[in-house]
Amino acid sequence: MTDLTDLGVAAIRDGVRGGDFSAREVADAFIGAVAAAKPLNAFLIETPDHAIAAAKAADDARAAGEAPKPLAGVPIGMKDLFCTQGVETTAASAILKGFVPPYESTVSGKLWSAGAGMLGKLNLDQFAMGSSNETSAFGNVVSPWRRPGDTAPLAPGGSSGGSSAAIAARLCPAATGTDTGGSIRQPAAFVGITGIKPTYGRCSRFGVVAFASSLDQAGPMARDVRDCAIMLEAMSGFDPKDSTSLDLPVPAWEAGLNADLTGKRVGIPKEYRVDNMPPEIEALWQRGIDWLKEAGAEIVEVSLPHTKYALPAYYIIAPAEASSNLARYDGVRYGQRVLPEGAGLQDMYAATRAAGFGDEVKRRILIGTYVLSAGFYDAYYTQAQKVRTLIARDFEAAWEQCDVLLTPTAPSAAFALGEKSADPIAMYLNDVFTVPSSLAGLPAMSVPGGVDKDGLPLGLQIIGRPLDEQGVLNAGLAIEQRAGFVARAERWW
Amino acid sequence: MDASRTAMSVEPATVQRVAGLARIAITPEEAERLAPELGNILGWIEQLGEVDTSGVAPMTAVIPNHLRLRDDVVTDGDVRDKVLSNAPQGEHGFFTVPKVIE
Repeated sequence: MTDLTDLGVAAIRDGVRGGDFSAREVADAFIGAVAAAKPLNAFLIETPDHAIAAAKAADDARAAGEAPKPLAGVPIGMKDLFCTQGVETTAASAILKGFVPPYESTVSGKLWSAGAGMLGKLNLDQFAMGSSNETSAFGNVVSPWRRPGDTAPLAPGGSSGGSSAAIAARLCPAATGTDTGGSIRQPAAFVGITGIKPTYGRCSRFGVVAFASSLDQAGPMARDVRDCAIMLEAMSGFDPKDSTSLDLPVPAWEAGLNADLTGKRVGIPKEYRVDNMPPEIEALWQRGIDWLKEAGAEIVEVSLPHTKYALPAYYIIAPAEASSNLARYDGVRYGQRVLPEGAGLQDMYAATRAAGFGDEVKRRILIGTYVLSAGFYDAYYTQAQKVRTLIARDFEAAWEQCDVLLTPTAPSAAFALGEKSADPIAMYLNDVFTVPSSLAGLPAMSVPGGVDKDGLPLGLQIIGRPLDEQGVLNAGLAIEQRAGFVARAERWW
Repeated sequence: MDASRTAMSVEPATVQRVAGLARIAITPEEAERLAPELGNILGWIEQLGEVDTSGVAPMTAVIPNHLRLRDDVVTDGDVRDKVLSNAPQGEHGFFTVPKVIE
């Protein structure tokens, strides 16, 4: 009998519907996998009761002959950036330790309504700030991958590192992530799974702990394109509680999957060919081009001239928005409070925030505060927002010549924990390929394309036009079908 | 990879001022440590100044959208206990904080 934890979302959904196994059996299998995987530190909280209750509802509904819900029988992981009613939500920060939301985020609520069960809350970089899951207040996430003959712990990517590690280790078939500058796509690439950031506004941000409001987007992470399409359908949709939510129907992305790219044009942006690009990544990119050609696409070289300014623009805009969003953590209404002897209100704010925020969070709040402060606002923030307009225009111009863009997802395979933490900028450069599409609000996904010389996964990124998640998913499927990625992390935990 | 950085010096006093604006207490030692770190990051960001943005409007919306208005009716509220449920300190239905006025 197949190990149930080897099954993806579609296989579980269909197997439960067909009576091949019960939802309860599936839940038990994953609950057991989660419990045995503590060395990965992927889960901050385990919620087996929630998964079992959802499984029971699925099995009862099937026995009663009711129409099955879209995700009935599927247990998932929930990034601990989504407020879950009655279940502690920390954003991996000490400042929110003990915070139990009295409400549910829209996205997680939609997943539960669709019949999914929650295995637990997944670890992440603190307040979604990071690219290696090394900034969590509750310990690093360790990737299930290792270099051959080497026990050095590797980064699972970030900020959705708990999500990526858990899926790659078969602790859950899918998970939610969020992506502000690459935090779904880069961890997906590092561990050899699939993840998509939809068009800005597709998924509601209500109940998602805010980092940078004009950039944050929820999205699914799973082992293949079909599973991501299924999850994304369940997660998306208009929400009146999010002022930036798109009031548009959710397309039937799973039904629309089509890997035949005849008539489609794939753009290769020349500015993404960066200095010192590892030859393996260059080679993978070329293989991706060949695969899409085989799928019927026409390949076109395009130019996105302002690409190199995307990262510095992002590292002004995102910290600026974060400095505003994180002002609410002041020890007054929720989270931790630090009240030194004889302290007044201002002292309480300063002491609470000093104790509760990690170093990277403080660094970004300080950068954000600086670039928004009097005398610097125009030189930094306004200039960055203007550059952002130019970056968006570059993409608009490119869409005259192509329908999707193909690029590598990350400039390297997973690095070892601790390898890049000394220099913040070295860490920021991880996002070089993902940030431009974030700034422009475009849908973008990473699919596993191959492995490097150490056998570690490498990902390819597809970027699409606004609202064209279908085009992105289809190109992703074309790559997935030809890449034949079957590499799997060998269990060491 | 383009990691061009120009030297940018940030004084510890500036770090203290910014930390004050951000309401984050930092020690003099932390200000000394953070000053070159922030200077490094800000120096790297400086390259944005190279871009000719004359005549370009700052981006205000990622995907063109209208800010919706809703009907002016009460649709929520009366949930004081929920609102106070995570209060570090609360009394008589209020959040309590240390003295504000000297």
